[in-house]
Order: sequence, then C-alpha cells, then structure tokens
Amino acid sequence: MTALDKTKEAELVARVKAGEEVACARMMTWAERGDPRFAVAYDAFHADLGRARRLGITGPPGAGKSTLVERLALHWRGLDRTVGIVAVDPTSPFTGGALLGDRVRMGELSLDKGVFIRSMATRGVFGGLARATDDIADVLDLNGRDMVVVETVGVGQSEVDVAKSSDLTLVVLHPGGGDTIQAMKAGLMEVADIYVVNKADRPGVDRLVQQLTDILDVRDIPLQDRPPILTTVATEGTGIVELAGQIDASLAEREADGRLAGRRGENLRRRIRRIVDGRLRQDVWELAGLSERLDQGTAGLESGTGASVSAYGLAEEILSDYRERRHGETQA
Amino acid sequence: MEQPIRVLIAKPGLDGHDRGAKVVAAAMRDAGMEVIYGGLHQTPEIIAEMAVQEDVDAVGLSILSGAHMTLFPEVKKLLDAAGADHVLLTGGGIIPPDDIDALQAKGVGRLFGPGSTLVELVEYVQAEVGRRRAAAGSA
Ligand SMILES: Nc1nc2c(ncn2[C@@H]2O[C@H](COP(=O)(O)OP(=O)(O)O)[C@@H](O)[C@H]2O)c(=O)[nH]1
Ligand SMILES: [Mg+2]
Repeated sequence: MTALDKTKEAELVARVKAGEEVACARMMTWAERGDPRFAVAYDAFHADLGRARRLGITGPPGAGKSTLVERLALHWRGLDRTVGIVAVDPTSPFTGGALLGDRVRMGELSLDKGVFIRSMATRGVFGGLARATDDIADVLDLNGRDMVVVETVGVGQSEVDVAKSSDLTLVVLHPGGGDTIQAMKAGLMEVADIYVVNKADRPGVDRLVQQLTDILDVRDIPLQDRPPILTTVATEGTGIVELAGQIDASLAEREADGRLAGRRGENLRRRIRRIVDGRLRQDVWELAGLSERLDQGTAGLESGTGASVSAYGLAEEILSDYRERRHGETQA
Repeated sequence: MEQPIRVLIAKPGLDGHDRGAKVVAAAMRDAGMEVIYGGLHQTPEIIAEMAVQEDVDAVGLSILSGAHMTLFPEVKKLLDAAGADHVLLTGGGIIPPDDIDALQAKGVGRLFGPGSTLVELVEYVQAEVGRRRAAAGSA
C-alpha cells in the first residue's frame, strides 16, 4: 500500500512544510477526520503558524462566493501571493453524501501550483465544522500559503462560526437573493467585516446597498468597526481590485491597532473550547460506553412496554455514572 | 465512525455534455459518498491535480469520445507520479471489452462499458475502496 498511510507525523509535517501537495492533502484528511495523528503533528508545527492571512467568506447559496474567490485568487496570484482555498458545502441529511461543486467555478485556478483548493462537506467532520476548517486552514498556513480563504454557505450557526474564525470576514449578498432580512436571520449581519454586494449587473443593487446602509446606521458600531460595503460583478471581474485593496487595508489597519492580535486570541480561545467540548463528548459517549446506558434506559419505549422516562433524570444518571467511573480511574 | 468515501468525478476530453458524469455523481452522493464534481473538458493534468488536492479514494471518469486508451493511462501515470498511486481509477463510457482488459493490465481499475448499471459502478467503488482501506490499515 501507499507509503502515505504509514508516514510518521513528523515526516508528514516536514513534507507539508516543503510544499508537497500529496502530504498537504493527507494532513488535511487527518484533520477532517479527527485522526489522533493530527494532534500529534499539530504540536510539532503550531509555532510555525500565523503567517497566512485568513479570510472567511460566507453568504447565501448562489450569491457568487466561489466565483468571487476565484477572481480574488487570480488577483493575488498577479501580486505573486500564494493562495489556499477551503470550500465547504452541505452534506445531505438524508444520505450522508455530498456533492461538492465549488471547484467547477474555480476552473481558471486548476493548474496553478500557487493555488491549493480543498472541498469539504459539512458532515463527515468530527467535533464540529469550525474545528475542522480551522485545522485545515492551519495546514495551508504551514504549507506556506499567503492568503487562506474559507468559503461557507451562510445558512446556519456552524457555518457562520467558520466564517468568524478568521482574520477578516466577508459577507457576500446579491440582489434577488431575498432581502437582508434573510441574512439577518442567518446571523450573517453580526459577523461581517466587509459587505460585498455581488451581481451588481443585476437590478436591485442600489436598493440592497441602501438596506445595508440603513441597518448599519441604526446599529451602534464604533466608526472603525463599521463594515464597508463594496459592489462587484464577479463574473466580469468588476470591483475585484477595489475589494482586494479593501481587504489589504482592513487587515493592515487591524494589525497596526492591535485588533488583529485580539481577534486571533479570541479565535484561539473559542477553538480550544471547541476541542475540549468535542473531547468531552467523545469521552462520555465512546470511551465510557454510556451510549449503552442511554439505550438501556429507554428500552421498551418504542414497543410501548416501557415506563415513561425523564429526560433530565436519565441524563443526570448518565453524567453521574460518568463522573464516578472517571473518579475511579483517577484514584487507581 | 465509518469515514465516507471521497470520489472525484470528471469528464475529460472535448466531446459533448456532462449529463452522464452528473448522473454518476448524483448516484454516488445518494450512496453516501462525498463527491467532488470536477466538471467537463478537463485535461489529465487537471484531473490528477484535483484528485491529489482532494485526497480522494477514487477517481471516476466518464469518457465517450473514444479516447479512453490514452486518457486513462495518462491520468494513472500522473497520479502515480504525484505520489497518489493508492487512488482507485475507474469510470465508464463507450469502451469495448478488449480495451477494458488492456487498461486493467495497466493498473486502471474496473471500467464500465455500455450496458453496465450505475448500481454496479457504485458497488464496485464501495467494495474496492473498502478493500484498499483495510489493506492500508485505515478503515
Ligand atoms: N450575473 C451575475 N452572475 C454571477 C455573478 N457572480 C456569480 N454569478 C453566477 O451566479 C451563480 C452562482 O455562483 P457561485 O460562485 O457558484 O455562487 P456561490 O454559491 O455563492 O459560491 C453562477 O451561475 C455564477 O456564474 C455576477 O457578478 N453577476
Ligand atoms: Mg460556492
């Protein structure tokens, strides 16, 4: 079988650092699957991280995010910056499968070694979506990418969390994508550092920009944090230079006044919480084998032969079982 | 937890539309796989590059142009050269049985000619990827 499966963590780290694509891809797979080897590797490379600029891009499906990412990447390549892209699409709740099609919109980047694209499904991920995208973005950073972009569909809290877990968050909207109410419901408005109104070739752009402006006016945001609104036509490349310029300017400003460092610290704390949450959950349900306790406690319900069960009562029993066993282990 | 199979579906060559490839992609998704859709008109270089970056278990190519005798070996060679010799290369199209045998002798996986069903292809990918994962000790 391939040598890749037998590769030791430290060797794979060295190969990712050296820019080897196949190594980079495998490290991402470890990250995505929550393979314990990733944590070992991470310990060996975390001190090298932080060089890449990280952008989160989110917005409703069809807003033009992937097209925009392709255009931005082409622009950055022209400035000789390398690019890493993580494109996240939803897993089907029915089949557990996913159809990941963002690459089709990024065709012009296909053969450029300066661009690494990875598609990801929302499920198939252990310990939360943002846990996995943070790790994969780190691999791209380690791999030496200057600009790292994570694209998610802004539909739910976990996707919005992904977008937030970055140096700068872009929210992409388009006229005809429902009004801003939709975006507000999805929690998109709070995370935007820059608004992009794409499809400016379509009617309704001015209205959408006005709606956004009105919303920002009534919100009590310090002037320096007020997100700029830019318009683009991604398919034609219109407004891309301006958008890229705004991204650089926003990052530079935040670096100079300390907001970037503060945000990275905040992201790191949230990330560690996620790891702890994930481990705890795994610990309870897998290591301590309490899933069986749950099944036993609710046995007979389906057939109608069981007595009614208190959800809180059984949960508390499971937790106290867990604590007891854990306590026993630490005593031993 | 059982890890979903990752598969790249693409259509190389300049002929026609991508309906066939899209149907295959949808069938694989419905079977619980993570399908990276690579689109049509792709060169062997682009296909190999996508397969490497996505760390797929398998690549499925739809080839109707008659160029299968050059395209499959070319993709296989590029995958091997990139260190992705573990990737299963399979596919279907208008491929005569003799050509299928010849390509398999070159390290390409099973290929599905006219008359094969989607179910056969899906089941083959599941079984073969399962076998390779077990052999690699990474189920
Ligand atoms: N008219 C118009 N169409 C666009 C523009 N940007 C993207 N599109 C189209 O919108 C569709 C969705 O684009 P995509 O990038 O996949 O959107 P995503 O779902 O947000 O990633 C595609 O058909 C694009 O070609 C634009 O600026 N103007
Ligand atoms: Mg997209």
